[in-house]
Amino acid sequence: MVDVAFGPEPGRRPNLVDPQAAYLDLVRRKRMYGGILLVVFVALMASGWRLAEDRNAGGFLGGLGQLFDFPAEVLAEAWEKRALLPAIFRDHIPALIETLNIAAVATLTGAMAAMALSLLATRGLARWPRLIPLFRRAMDALRAIPEIVVALVLIYILGGGPVPAVIAIALHTGGALGKLFSEVAENADLKPVEGLASVGASWGQRMWLGVIPQVAPNWLSYALLRFEINVRASAILGFVGEGGIGHDLKIAMQWGQGRYDEVVAIFALLFLTIVLIDQVSDRCRHKLVRGN
Amino acid sequence: MTALPAPAPALAETVTRRFAAGRRIAFAIPTVILVYLVYAAVSFDITGLVQRARFENAAILLGDFWSHKTHVTRDNRTGRVTIAIEGEAKGTYPEGMVPEWVGIAGNVTTIDLGGGHVVTYDDRGARYVVPGYGTLDIRPEGGKPVLTAPRPIPDWISVSENKVSATTAAGRFSYSRSKVETFRYEPGWELWFFTLDSPFYGKSWGELLALATTADRIDPARTNLGYMAREFWTNKMWRHGDVAWAIFETILMAFLGTMSAALVALPLSFLAARNFNPLGPLRFVARRVFDFIRGVDGLIWTIILSRAFGPGPMTGAIAIAITDSGTFGKTFSEALENIDDKQVEGIRSTGANGLQRARFGVIPQVTPVLLSQILYYLESNTRSATVIGAIVGGGIGLLLTQAINTQKDWEEVAYYMVLIVLMVMLMDSLSGWLRRRLIKGA
Repeated sequence: MVDVAFGPEPGRRPNLVDPQAAYLDLVRRKRMYGGILLVVFVALMASGWRLAEDRNAGGFLGGLGQLFDFPAEVLAEAWEKRALLPAIFRDHIPALIETLNIAAVATLTGAMAAMALSLLATRGLARWPRLIPLFRRAMDALRAIPEIVVALVLIYILGGGPVPAVIAIALHTGGALGKLFSEVAENADLKPVEGLASVGASWGQRMWLGVIPQVAPNWLSYALLRFEINVRASAILGFVGEGGIGHDLKIAMQWGQGRYDEVVAIFALLFLTIVLIDQVSDRCRHKLVRGN
Repeated sequence: MTALPAPAPALAETVTRRFAAGRRIAFAIPTVILVYLVYAAVSFDITGLVQRARFENAAILLGDFWSHKTHVTRDNRTGRVTIAIEGEAKGTYPEGMVPEWVGIAGNVTTIDLGGGHVVTYDDRGARYVVPGYGTLDIRPEGGKPVLTAPRPIPDWISVSENKVSATTAAGRFSYSRSKVETFRYEPGWELWFFTLDSPFYGKSWGELLALATTADRIDPARTNLGYMAREFWTNKMWRHGDVAWAIFETILMAFLGTMSAALVALPLSFLAARNFNPLGPLRFVARRVFDFIRGVDGLIWTIILSRAFGPGPMTGAIAIAITDSGTFGKTFSEALENIDDKQVEGIRSTGANGLQRARFGVIPQVTPVLLSQILYYLESNTRSATVIGAIVGGGIGLLLTQAINTQKDWEEVAYYMVLIVLMVMLMDSLSGWLRRRLIKGA
C-alpha cells in the first residue's frame, strides 16, 4: 500500500506518523532543489554572458551607445531621399516575390514529402511496420542538418540562383513537418481505416480516404506555420548565399553609405511582408483548428 | 404503392451536388499546386540551371569528403621535389621524410600509385607506366613537354602545347614547363590526429598507447599523454581546439539567447494576456510590440546589432534573445490566457496580493507549457545560431562559411557538417530528456 502511494523509489520514506512534519520536510526539500537549480542557472547565465562578451569584438556597454547610430544614419539618409523610395520599392518587388516563391515551393514540396514520411513512420498506419525506425531516423537526420549547410554546398555544385535555397529549405521542412504530422496522425481514429481495409482498399487508398481527411486541418495549420518560418529562412539564406531579397539586402549593405535608402526600403518590404503573412496565417490557423 | 416523402429527390440532389463539388475541389487543388510548381520552375529557370550546374564539383566534393590527396611535385628548373598533403604548406613533408610509396634516389624519384601504376621523375623528363596501356614518356624539348605514348592517344590523356596531363583510377599526373606533379588519392582524412612535424605522426594505436603509459618522455618537461593532447588540440591542419571553441560558442549563443528571451518575455507576457491586464489599450500596445519584434525578423536584428557590437558570440546571443522574446511573448501570453482560474481564486481567498497570486496560482500551471516551449526553442536555436554565426562572424557557422568560400578544403567542410549535425542531434536529445524529466517528473 505504501509503495502504491509513494512510488517504488528507494530512499527516505516520509514518516507517516507525523504527516505535517513529513509534508513540511517535502516542501523544504523541494525548495532546496529549486534554490540550487536557480543558483546554478544564474551562475551559468552570468558566466555565459561574460564569456560571450570577452570573445566578442566589441563590448556590451560600448556597443549600447552605438546601437542606434546605424539605424539613425540609415533612416536619415533614407529621409533625405524619400522621394526615391516608391521607385526602389518597385525595383525590389521581383526579388521579394522570388523570396516568397522559394519559401512556398519549399514548403509545398517539403510538406508533400512529410506527408509520405509521416504516414510511413506512424505506428498503426505504416505500410511497412518494421521500417518505422528507419523513417523516423531519416526525419531526424533531415531536421538536424541546418539549411545553410545544404544551401552553401548546393550553391557550389549548382551555381547561384534560388534552387539551392529551395532544396535546402525543403529538406529541412520535410523532416520538421514529418515529425509534427506523424504526431497528429498517431491520434487519428483508426475506424475509417479498418472500414476501408474491409472493402479491400489498398494502403494508398486507406491513407488518402481514411486518414488524410481526419488530419488535414491540423496538418494544414502546421504547414502554414512552417511557411511563416520558411519565409524568414529564405530571406536569411539569400543574405548568406544567393537569391531573393536577402541577396539584394546584402549588396545594398556592402555598398554602404549612399545606398541606405535601398536598405531601408528592403527592411520595410521584408517587415511588412512578414507581418502580413503572420497575421493572415494566424487567422487561417485559428479558423482551421477551431473549425475542427 | 405509397408515395415516398417529398424531400427525397431534393436531398438526393443536394447530396449529388455536394459530391460533385467535392470532386471538383479534389481535382482543383492538385491542379492549382501543379500549375504553381510549373510557374515556379519557369521563374527559377530550371533549364538554365541544369546547363550551369557543375557536376564535376560534386565529384570533387564527394571525393574530398572521404579521401585526401598527396601532391608529389618537382620544380623543373631547380629539380627540387616536394611532397605535400593537399598541396598545403601545413601538410608538407619535412626534408628527409617521405611516404613509403615514394622513393628518392639522387635525381630519380619513383612514385608507386598502386595497382602497377608507377611514375618516375628523372633527368630526362618523366615517365608514367599505366598497366594495360603502356608508358607515357615525356621529355622537355625546347622547354616544352613532348609526349611519346602508344597511339591512338586515349581521352584520359590531355595534350596541349605547354602541358600534358593524365587522369587514371590510381591518380593524376601532369607535366608542364615549370613543374611535374603527381596526385595520389588515399581514403581517410590525413593528419587528423597529428601533423607531420609532430613526434607522434605515423605511430600505430599500440605504439601511442605504449608512449602514453610506459615509454620514456619525449619532451622531459611534460608527460607524453599531455604532449599528445596538446599536439592534437593544436593540430595545424584541422585546428581541433578552435573548432571545439566554435561549437561551444554556438551552443552558448543558443543558450544565452533562449534563456534571456524567456526571462524578458515572461513578465511582459502578463501585460498582453487578457485575464491579467484589464487595460485594453496597454494590452494592444504590448501585443503590437511583440508583433513588431517578430516582424523585424532575426536577419534585420542581426545586421543592426552586429553594426553596434561588432562580430562575436555576444552579438549573436542578443540577436537570438530579441527575436525570440517576441515569439515567447506571444506564446506565453496565449498560455496565460488558457489557465484555470479556480486556482487563482483559491489563492486570492487566502488574501494573497497580485504578485503572490501570480507566483503560486499561475506559474505552477503554466510552467510545463513554458518549459516545453523554451526547450524546444533551445534546440531550434542551436541551428539558428549556426546561421546567425555565419552573419555576425562567430561560432561554427563562421568556420563553415569560410571553409566553403575557399572552395578547396572540402574535407574540413565535411568535418564541420558532421560536427554541426552531431551538435544539433545532441541538443535535440538533451532538450527532449530535460523535457521529460522536468515536466513528467514534476
